[in-house]
Amino acid sequence: MKFLLLVGAAALAIAQGPGKPENGKMLFIKDGCFECHGYAGQGGVAGPRIAATALNAQALMRYVRRPFGAMPAFTPKVLPDPELADIYAYLKSLPPAKPAKDIPLLKQLQ
Amino acid sequence: MAKSKNAVNRRNFLTRAAAGAAVLATKPTGVKAQNQSTRPTAPMPSPAQIAAETSAPTPRPEVYTTDRPGADFMVDVIKSLGFEYVAANPGSSFRGLHESLINYGANHMPELLTCCHEESSVAMAHGYAKIEGKPMMVMAHGTVGLQHASMAIYNAYADRVPVVIVLGNILDVNYRRSIVEWTHSVQDAAAMVRGFTKWDDTPVSLGHFAESAVRAYRIAMTPPMGPVVLVADGTLQDEPIPDAERRALRVPKLGLTAPPAADSAAIPEIARMLVAAENPLIIAGRCARTPQGMKLLVELAETIQAPVQEPRRYRMNFPTRHPLYGGGQIGEADVILGLEDSDFWQVLHAQRPINRMGMDYRPLTKDGARIVTISSNDLNDKSNYQDFGRYVEADLSIAADAEASLPVLIEACKRLITVERKTFFAERRRSIEAATRRAREQALEQAAWGWDASPISIARLSAEVWDQIKGEDWSLVSDVLFQSNWPTRLWDFTEHYQFNGGPGAFGMGYQAPASVGAALANRKHGRISVSFQGDGDLNYAPGVLWTAAHHHIPLLTIMHNNRAYHQERMYVQDMAARAERGIDRANIGTAITDPNINYATMAKAYGMFGVGPIENPNELAPAIRSALEVVKRGEPALIDVISQPR
Repeated sequence: MKFLLLVGAAALAIAQGPGKPENGKMLFIKDGCFECHGYAGQGGVAGPRIAATALNAQALMRYVRRPFGAMPAFTPKVLPDPELADIYAYLKSLPPAKPAKDIPLLKQLQ
Repeated sequence: MAKSKNAVNRRNFLTRAAAGAAVLATKPTGVKAQNQSTRPTAPMPSPAQIAAETSAPTPRPEVYTTDRPGADFMVDVIKSLGFEYVAANPGSSFRGLHESLINYGANHMPELLTCCHEESSVAMAHGYAKIEGKPMMVMAHGTVGLQHASMAIYNAYADRVPVVIVLGNILDVNYRRSIVEWTHSVQDAAAMVRGFTKWDDTPVSLGHFAESAVRAYRIAMTPPMGPVVLVADGTLQDEPIPDAERRALRVPKLGLTAPPAADSAAIPEIARMLVAAENPLIIAGRCARTPQGMKLLVELAETIQAPVQEPRRYRMNFPTRHPLYGGGQIGEADVILGLEDSDFWQVLHAQRPINRMGMDYRPLTKDGARIVTISSNDLNDKSNYQDFGRYVEADLSIAADAEASLPVLIEACKRLITVERKTFFAERRRSIEAATRRAREQALEQAAWGWDASPISIARLSAEVWDQIKGEDWSLVSDVLFQSNWPTRLWDFTEHYQFNGGPGAFGMGYQAPASVGAALANRKHGRISVSFQGDGDLNYAPGVLWTAAHHHIPLLTIMHNNRAYHQERMYVQDMAARAERGIDRANIGTAITDPNINYATMAKAYGMFGVGPIENPNELAPAIRSALEVVKRGEPALIDVISQPR
């Protein structure tokens, strides 16, 4: 029940309007998301790529509150729903990567 | 202590005896004969003995020099073992050996390497041994030097790497010159590191030193390999070799032990399991000790067309672009062969959930999967330090060196393979090959994310370096774990010397000196040595940069400068999230900022080429080019790159 309430609150935060990417960018650094996912959200050995995430807002919020991998759970007490919504907006604002074939150094590795 | 009135004083006793003897000498012979016949007596000292004992001691001849200190013989022994180098931060307890090495031994085979920290000495030897396949010698004080060296010794021990450590110590109190030498003396020098060395000894004579040195070398080189300690007593080093010993002393012949191979009855059983398996999987840990080990592992994998994984990259076991490399799934395998992996349990299990309170685990293997191990780790008999990892419930465990066991296993497999199995294996290989090709394509697409970011992505950094070394004979002498494995995901590793693994016990401060030691081993082969160097690691003992410059050791150091002890920062962040407080404060105590450290300036201060800090990825290529020119001229160079965390 508690879980449903949490997700419901997150959904409400999104419903209140899209998050603010600029604030999300600041929070992404300040709250340490970059530590595992990289400053560009590109991912690495400690955490997957989350830049331009394919997850919808609800799925991302659900995961942040109740993760099932190595990531710690970030509760609303330390990461309120509106701030999480801003981070989500920032991640969605990041442009997708170029295809590897369009980057000469990577193309030669194919 | 006050002497009692009746205490016997040897000098007074002899004086009285002399007086008595004089009286006896004047008595008639008959009385003397009578006395002798009635009561037996001890023979009286002769006048010469009495004179020698009662007169003032003759001053010892003032001997200022010797043409043959004991340390010269120690050098004879050391030379017989074929050491190329001895790494040391100078110390008074081995000053005699130091002098003999550079003068009597002409500073050649071994050549003395001037180190700024004993931890660097041992880590240099650690990196060197993995490239060269034989140990370097290290000298250190038995007390303060060994205390500095101890973490690096533990790394070498956990990484199963041979290092021969000679400790100076002055056991005889008469030879200690001051409180400095009292504090630098110890009853049992090797005790401090006995829990994580293979063997040690404290010889009490030169002949003893010779035998124990040869034995120590042999033990260090017998799998599971590891560091050994030999104490060179200061008095033995400094005092002349006694005349009586000069002709008798000899250096025992070194005979290396053949590595322990698998039991002949167990090999056919493993072969039957592997050949009959639908989805066998090989997990390689510290399997390939030598280039031949790598060839053998490829042969085994191709014989049965089984994929090879390296969950932890300890050694260069397998070519990274081989179609069988990295394929297969633990959960689908019906036979899993673990080779020299002390973390094998962790490979077979998932600890879930690690992000919640408590700890649980579940096997990743499917029901009925057969687990087989061949590992010299089972021959390790130490208990205090827990580097042996968790107990693996194997169906068949063979205590043996994997590399030495592979030839027989390969032949046993070949004997069992029928035409039908060969056809099946070929089909399996096609399937694995398709999967590994897809994984590689995904890796390249993943590398594109953050390509132009600043701080610079490690994928970009790795690709930029590869672009300039791919035509060279290169060797990556650093680990890749903190670099998200990007070098091994992108580069084409084909030779055993092209990857040198990590520290073993994950003790920080390893990377910089181990890279210098490995680069030294690569130098005579003309290889370009490359190291991705963490900023936190370098700051433990950066003086090794000076050692690299001083000894003209060509090494391209690329600073992975994320300005933090980043692994710990992530852990603190995890704990803050669990405690629901202060997730924005994990930088406290973990960040290396304010002020930022300029590593290019640091390199220049130590006398080597330095460039950076580089924050724009487009500036990488020219910086790498200029640094490589320096390295190709035989000198070290450093590029400071402001990098992504991982």
